[in-house]
Amino acid sequence: MQKTLFEKIWDQHKIANVDDNEANHDELGQSLIYIDRHLIHEVTSPQAFQSLRERGRKVRRPDLTIATLDHNIPTTNRSLPIADQTSKTQIETLRKNCKEFGISLFDIYSPYQGIVHVIGPELGFTLPGTTIVCGDSHTSTHGAFGAFAFGIGTSDVEHVLTTQCIWMIKPKSFLVNIEGKRKNPHAITSKDIILSIIRKIGTSGGAGTVIEYRGKIISELSMEQRMTICNMSIEAGARAGLIAPDETTLNYLIGRKYAPKGNDLDTLFEYSRNYLTSDPNAHFHRVETLKVDQIAPQVSWGTNPSMVCDVTDTIPYPDEFANGDENERKLAIRALHYMNLQPGTPIIDIKIDRVFIGSCTNSRVEDLWEASLVVRGRKKSPYVRAMVVPGSQQVKMEAEKIGLDRIFKEAGFEWRESGCSMCLGMNSDILSPGERCASTSNRNFEGRQGSGGRTHLVSPIMAAAAAIEGHFVDVREWI
Amino acid sequence: MNAFKTIKSRITPLDIINVDTDQIIPKQFLRLIQKSGYSDYLFYDWRFNQNGDPKKDFVLNNPLYSNRMILVTKENFGCGSSREHAVWALLDYGFRVILAPSFADIFYTNCFKTGLLPVVLEKEEIHHLFNIGINDYVEVSLISQTVSIDNRVMNFQIDPMKKKMLLEGIDEIAYTLQMEKRITDYEKKNENTCTRINII
Repeated sequence: MQKTLFEKIWDQHKIANVDDNEANHDELGQSLIYIDRHLIHEVTSPQAFQSLRERGRKVRRPDLTIATLDHNIPTTNRSLPIADQTSKTQIETLRKNCKEFGISLFDIYSPYQGIVHVIGPELGFTLPGTTIVCGDSHTSTHGAFGAFAFGIGTSDVEHVLTTQCIWMIKPKSFLVNIEGKRKNPHAITSKDIILSIIRKIGTSGGAGTVIEYRGKIISELSMEQRMTICNMSIEAGARAGLIAPDETTLNYLIGRKYAPKGNDLDTLFEYSRNYLTSDPNAHFHRVETLKVDQIAPQVSWGTNPSMVCDVTDTIPYPDEFANGDENERKLAIRALHYMNLQPGTPIIDIKIDRVFIGSCTNSRVEDLWEASLVVRGRKKSPYVRAMVVPGSQQVKMEAEKIGLDRIFKEAGFEWRESGCSMCLGMNSDILSPGERCASTSNRNFEGRQGSGGRTHLVSPIMAAAAAIEGHFVDVREWI
Repeated sequence: MNAFKTIKSRITPLDIINVDTDQIIPKQFLRLIQKSGYSDYLFYDWRFNQNGDPKKDFVLNNPLYSNRMILVTKENFGCGSSREHAVWALLDYGFRVILAPSFADIFYTNCFKTGLLPVVLEKEEIHHLFNIGINDYVEVSLISQTVSIDNRVMNFQIDPMKKKMLLEGIDEIAYTLQMEKRITDYEKKNENTCTRINII
């Protein structure tokens, strides 16, 4: 039987069906799926551990679980005590839980600390063909390696800690073909590709599915760029994103801390090359095609990641955006009001107050390097406060080794410690009410980066250019 | 977990599509380490001004809509973050049922774990519920999988295992632990596969 890549991984990990006597169980009921890798962080795990403790249960596979601190930690000087008492409690709770249940923790001072979705791949914890979960929706990032990786709630974190399994109704396979050739591949990034996809299929377009991204362009992308695409699959409502592993994927694994070594690595390579791809005649529930020839740098104007336009566009009129859908029209009116934007305004006329380069979407060395090319030899606008937050300590160290920190600092950007930071503003890195931010993160929801704050999602080079000029610019003119 | 059978209540309408979990519970309230105490933070930025005063035009601040257990809303409710705090906040506030034409996947899954019932109805049925009288009662029965108002009965689909868990308030983990042997067998069979090497 012809199978999609997702179906192969699913079948490989299925332990049981709710009722194995039931016909067509895949369509009707839930299956019990084995989980190979579990990532833990401070915000969505405390209640799970507490419940284990109350019921006298253990962590089944601490050896398949790693933890880090990323969501609420400060990105300023790490030697200072944590000022926020509730954050401090959460941090200390994770330390205590990891110690008690025998889980490896990459703590604030660890050279491997960082955003869960940055450190998983970096450590070689993320492997092709595996199932990976984390109490965080952007777990879809790891799909870039050909893993079935998805976000879960705290109750399922507890379920996986206890049983190393999860109950799930099998998602459907959704193929997104990416065709054509980018006119200026340095200026049109993988962020612009994924924003274009979400713009096309909407924030619930991927609901109930796993999206497999395919096409010549995808095969030409680096792992960093592929991660940006899979990361935002959840913004299209998909359960996960997936890219079939190839030589780029396999080369990335060599020498990583937890990746298999020697013969084990050879076996993984062979398995991946021979098996981890969708069969030629596999059935996809839905197929969409995105042509990239005409893609311009993308900028979000509204309060969800489908409200996006080209940098050369003007702010749309609600009727134009809604295309006859009354609910969408009302939403657009609400979004424009929240964002304090007038229809017809050119995107390049929008002035910004803040710039955030970071998050699990765009905080890896390559993202920072690309942004630095725009920043090099220039100064940020005096009206803008700009921050660079590396995704991990490893990213920070590597970036410093090649001098990226100096480029940003000389241009007037802040160079900070690793963490989720202003992507969700759980620590003190937040927008003030009314502030407008060009952000490389993944969500432009109301209040996401701070109550009353206004977020525009862009690529790292678009954010960097906006920081220099104080308003959006078409970065194609610079590169 | 709270078991769920049947509930009869008036409804609270929330006429917005794509309500994301950042709106249901903003991030500054995710720093707690317990599962309850989130009632005051539900829809915080929609409910309160910067200075903490209630916004008069938001439906939860309208005294006519107090003490209601059913929230009726629109497409893609609960999109965005996986935070289960969104479910805890809705439950703490007093909601037991959410009626909508569609839900985001992770939120939908999370609801069942703590005893909040998400019900998918047809667009037209949701439209009908938005137009009923402010004091009309709606009955939601998980047993018969129906939403009833006056003479109209609307049916809904639900996964049989999810239904059983919620009806009986079964601890899902205890249920899975009964399958211990199958999990162990699976681990034994696969312990030497390249992707499942004991890593630490």
